[in-house]
Amino acid sequence: MDFKFSEEQEKFRQGVRDFLEEELRQGLWEPSCDAWIMGHDPEFTKRVAEKGWIGLTWPKEHGGQGRSFVDRLILTEEMLRYGAPAACHWFADRQIGGAIVHYGTDEQKKELLPLILRGEAYVGLGMSEPDAGSDLASLKTRATEDGDYFIIDGQKTWTSGGSHMNWIYLVARTDPDAPKHRGISEFFFETSLPGVTVQHIVDITGGVHFNEVFFDSVRVPKKCLIGEKNRGFYQVLNQLDYERSGMERLMANYPLFEALIQYTKETKRNGKPLSDEPIIRSKLAQLKIELEIGRLHMYRVAAVMDEGRAPNWESSMSKAYGTAFEQRLASSAIEILGLYGQLSPGSKWVPMRGMAYHSYLSSKGYSLQAGSSEVLKNILALRKLELPTQ
Amino acid sequence: MDLVLSEEQEMLKKMAHDFLTDKFPKTVVKEIEESEPGYSPESWREMAELGWMGLVFPEKYAGADMSFLDLAVLLEEMGRACLPGPYFSTVILGGLTILDAGSEEQKQEYLPKIASGEAIFTLALTESSARYDAAAIETKAAADNNAFILNGTKLFVPDAHIADYMLVIARTDEKSKGEYGTTIFIVDAKSPGISYTVLKTIANDKLCEVVFDQVSVPKENILGQLNQGWNEVQKIIQRAAVAKCCEMVGCIQQALDMTVDYAKERKQYDRPIGSFQVIQHYCVDMATDVDGTRLSTYQAAWMLSEGLPCTKEVAIAKAWAGEACQRVMALAHQIHGAIGVTIDHDLQYYTRRAKAAEVTFGDANFYREVVAQEMGL
Ligand SMILES: Cc1cc2nc3c(=O)[nH]c(=O)nc-3n(C[C@H](O)[C@H](O)[C@H](O)COP(=O)(O)OP(=O)(O)OC[C@H]3O[C@@H](n4cnc5c(N)ncnc54)[C@H](O)[C@@H]3O)c2cc1C
Ligand SMILES: Cc1cc2nc3c(=O)[nH]c(=O)nc-3n(C[C@H](O)[C@H](O)[C@H](O)COP(=O)(O)OP(=O)(O)OC[C@H]3O[C@@H](n4cnc5c(N)ncnc54)[C@H](O)[C@@H]3O)c2cc1C
Repeated sequence: MDFKFSEEQEKFRQGVRDFLEEELRQGLWEPSCDAWIMGHDPEFTKRVAEKGWIGLTWPKEHGGQGRSFVDRLILTEEMLRYGAPAACHWFADRQIGGAIVHYGTDEQKKELLPLILRGEAYVGLGMSEPDAGSDLASLKTRATEDGDYFIIDGQKTWTSGGSHMNWIYLVARTDPDAPKHRGISEFFFETSLPGVTVQHIVDITGGVHFNEVFFDSVRVPKKCLIGEKNRGFYQVLNQLDYERSGMERLMANYPLFEALIQYTKETKRNGKPLSDEPIIRSKLAQLKIELEIGRLHMYRVAAVMDEGRAPNWESSMSKAYGTAFEQRLASSAIEILGLYGQLSPGSKWVPMRGMAYHSYLSSKGYSLQAGSSEVLKNILALRKLELPTQ
Repeated sequence: MDLVLSEEQEMLKKMAHDFLTDKFPKTVVKEIEESEPGYSPESWREMAELGWMGLVFPEKYAGADMSFLDLAVLLEEMGRACLPGPYFSTVILGGLTILDAGSEEQKQEYLPKIASGEAIFTLALTESSARYDAAAIETKAAADNNAFILNGTKLFVPDAHIADYMLVIARTDEKSKGEYGTTIFIVDAKSPGISYTVLKTIANDKLCEVVFDQVSVPKENILGQLNQGWNEVQKIIQRAAVAKCCEMVGCIQQALDMTVDYAKERKQYDRPIGSFQVIQHYCVDMATDVDGTRLSTYQAAWMLSEGLPCTKEVAIAKAWAGEACQRVMALAHQIHGAIGVTIDHDLQYYTRRAKAAEVTFGDANFYREVVAQEMGL
């Protein structure tokens, strides 16, 4: 047992920090909450790509760095700590590249991986539909074979980053007669194909983050099928472990925490800093404790992956824990700010650029996306605790 | 980063588990709890023979030269078994303190006695304010030629009634109030002028009131430096807090295992209650708390073991463990239904110990303030 990062890992972390500090110094962007999923900045993504920080864990033969999952967690932890605008490459780097490495043909690897490595694939995840949320396998979007093509018809929804995406990872039904889990396949194609329409959804913060995506007889070449036809659902389950396992499930609103601590030190009430008040000290310390516990959960997931095991319950545990923490953080932040907490970004008198307001509203979705906390607990009950289903 | 136990640690864990399961079924735990000494001299000797008392002492003091992390593994199993008796007092509070702060002569004199199971030690720290801060120390030790004369009352001293030696923290500078002016003494527990009253506690452990009335202690029995005792007291509290967390990990892991097993077996409405989603989610919440406690506890134990500064990590571990244990035990009871609130059911041993452990060596409020300071607040 050893909780230490190696010297090389410490150096790597420092390297990431130095890079991000320099970016901040140059005023290239401002730290913000949810920047991993809402901060679309193609230039930033290019600079990250040039560093070789996309595809860190992929095998070298595919252009990756062959580094460990703990290394990648270090990288993403720092990106989140700084609230860096990494949304353009996040999905592709986190799960799509890995899926192609795992399930793709040689031709797909040759064609698609370099695109991701260069930071040019802004990927949307086309899974959920109006009637297929948690129960993804009940999806209705159809992919019908027609010569060298699949014809896609249907609708996806809640597609994060849909207004920026140039590629989509889509799950669609390829065999309507098979049991519902066994007739689904995965596709990866460009959204410039005729018949793809994106419609914005305004989210609870007032921003545009997720979207509806409509497919009207979209002709997708067969080479865009990823993995085995009709085995898509099982492939997705595996990919979801990666989607759920990351530091973004604990530190999506970390910039708020830092700003809040700073605020309580600098803000005086009755001549004394807020941070002197016992109740506020206690609240902030409790958040710190919960954050550190979450961090251990996250690193455990990476350590499990580095052992070569799928984190098939650890990632569910860390995500359910982490998103609940993020929600408490956002809620506590407004409480600590008191009346100021209700001010929205851009308002006169708003503290901390309105991060608390944004984060509080935005965090409501954290425990839904990538598997709701209830669904994750179902997984834990069955996979970890082996409780009976009936 | 590697978060699994070594092969040797796994072996120690298994050996400890087997031994403790065999020697301490709950019928025996109950008997011992109800007995006057509160421990089994026979098992005590056996544990000494297994090398448990001297586990982390160097070989030259008759120890096994293992690490604090190894000890953590053992303590977890002790918590899982609800081991009654003075292991914690003797080894964690007494032995490790002498190992850390003792002179060469003191180490040579006392550590082999602990390792062999010959001597029971304890720590007389807290007083009527029931706080772990230096201002709470009012017991006085007045210099008198080659001795110090102790007067005062200590409270919540574990196993004092059976101890051979006590480490007593007393005020040696009468004018002082804070950390400076406190000194640790190694006191022969059978010295004239010492009287004990065993208190009745929730965990049925033997916490005592100890009254010192003109107790004479030779000057050479100072442990560490005169008036500078508080530095070491802080280290004692730190080690004890982590050690307590280790026991708590064992305690709630066992409560979780028992509860999940019960949920699989117990049928109502013609199906195992563990098939009801609400019960499943309760179990998952318990497991998440257990794992968080385990991870933070082992992180702190590892840091102590490596000699790294870990004020923050210890505070996080104990603050978290204290409250997590309460959540876990509450759900364990809820899922067990009425059978769990009977005295003949094993669950109550864990409930009682978990509550006592929460307040011992610092509760969450205490450590949240430590964390706040570490955060620069
Ligand atoms: C901010 C945000 C971003 C998103 N981004 C994407 C994206 O990029 N791509 C994409 O495809 N999707 C995305 N989603 C959709 C997300 O995957 C779904 O919200 C999620 O799968 C839940 O589906 P639902 O919202 O339809 O809720 P439902 O499935 O209808 O669930 C409603 C409630 O019922 C509970 N529930 C459902 N089934 C069970 C069960 N078996 N046991 C117990 N409780 C149950 C849920 O836990 C939840 O509390 C995003 C969602 C959000 C909020
Ligand atoms: C202090 C005390 C006094 C009592 N006094 C009396 C008395 O005077 N007379 C009397 O007749 N009884 C009495 N009882 C018994 C009491 O009514 C039962 O404890 C209660 O009905 C629960 O039954 P159980 O203990 O067998 O638990 P179980 O029914 O086995 O339940 C165990 C757990 O499973 C859960 N569970 C069970 N079914 C479901 C379900 N369908 N969905 C979700 N969760 C479920 C329960 O909520 C509980 O958490 C007393 C109990 C106590 C603790």
